[in-house]
Amino acid sequence: MGKRSEIKLLGTDASPYVNRVQFVLNLKSIEYEYIEENLACKSELLLKSNPVYKKVPVLLHANKPPLPESLIIIEYLDEIYPDIHPILPSNPLDRADNRFWASYIDNKFFPLFEELRQTPGKEGKEVIKKQIIEGSELLEEAFVKFSNGKAYFGGDDVGYLDVVLGCFIGWTKFFEKHIELKVIDELRTPKLLEWTNRIWSHEAFKNTIPGNETLLDFYMMLQIHKPPRAA
Amino acid sequence: MAKGDVKLLTMWASPFCMRVKVALAEKEIAYEEIEEKDLMNDKSDLLLKSNPVHKQVPVLLHDDKPIAESTNIITYIDQVWSAKPLLPECAYEKSRARFWADYIDRKVHPAGRAIWSSNDKDEVEVAKNNFLDIMKYLDGTLGDKDYFNGDTFGFVDILLIGLTSYFPAYEKFGDFKLEDYYPKLAAWITRSWARETVSESLTNPEKITNFVIMMRKMFGLE
Repeated sequence: MGKRSEIKLLGTDASPYVNRVQFVLNLKSIEYEYIEENLACKSELLLKSNPVYKKVPVLLHANKPPLPESLIIIEYLDEIYPDIHPILPSNPLDRADNRFWASYIDNKFFPLFEELRQTPGKEGKEVIKKQIIEGSELLEEAFVKFSNGKAYFGGDDVGYLDVVLGCFIGWTKFFEKHIELKVIDELRTPKLLEWTNRIWSHEAFKNTIPGNETLLDFYMMLQIHKPPRAA
Repeated sequence: MAKGDVKLLTMWASPFCMRVKVALAEKEIAYEEIEEKDLMNDKSDLLLKSNPVHKQVPVLLHDDKPIAESTNIITYIDQVWSAKPLLPECAYEKSRARFWADYIDRKVHPAGRAIWSSNDKDEVEVAKNNFLDIMKYLDGTLGDKDYFNGDTFGFVDILLIGLTSYFPAYEKFGDFKLEDYYPKLAAWITRSWARETVSESLTNPEKITNFVIMMRKMFGLE
């Protein structure tokens, strides 16, 4: 198990990508030092640690050069601590399936939300909302396939896709409250709804998922620093 | 090296298919190539069934089980056919390789496309400079090594070389030569193309440049 000072995580509370890494650190009972970044005014450490993207999360492990990108960090942690709560399955085909859906979530699904925020006008927003709903229904199907009747994407216990998608749960509640967008609901995505309730109460997730206040602050910061496109 | 039945759904101009072909050749895996006849207008039933989410090539069918997304496919075959590993052994170096793979996937092909998909001089100049900025990072990562993987041709090499059939088209429409800016990277391209696994898997750049001209005509740019 890593000593507290051996692993540092640069992050920001509201970032789902940072939260994912924290879930994995919690699941594997890895102690770490958390360094909160102000994304409106990035530190020297962050800019030096991730010069390519200048983004959080970044993992600093002992004397190794910094490692950015949440999915890459998660696979790294899974490889250096393979015996404690493995995150990815061991079978190559299952791994490929899991990675495919992680790629879908990160490259197709999540970007829709930023696109929604940036799109001006009601009509434009309705188009994006429709795509989000379609995406959530695809994810419902994926959940049914992966869980195979059990509680999580990973089966009896939390696995890779639970972590990759679970980081988003705070934001779904935020969108329901602030922009009347019900991403997950009892009619269209009943299994995912049950799953989100399990994730909210899971030991490794519940104290890490950010609350409404934190998300509101972050959303307002985005509105100021990356304002929506003009109509 | 037979480990079940292997098929690859491809399209001749897709650089993402080319990469997978290089990886299969490097691992000496025998496979059947099934080319899509008309990817844009008339996708085959097999493709639509194998990749219902994205409906895109490449798709690997291993004993009829589909695996989609080129980087995902290459990672999969590296694990199943474990002789001559493409990724480094060390967990940290493996993660660095994945980081650069992800960077290449996100940046290179879209940046190249931006160079040829406009006739506006300023837009093309911006696109060219953006592309060269990306090449700068890759050149820096390569350093003085023969390959991104070190002494041996590996994962990151395969992912990037698969995209290079398009590079002469970028140079033509952006009016630049990569070797004038990043000679080490240009030398790596030449060195890699000298490998049979690469030259036999990648579509001839001239054919690709003609394909790009055809696409420009379609967009009303020629």
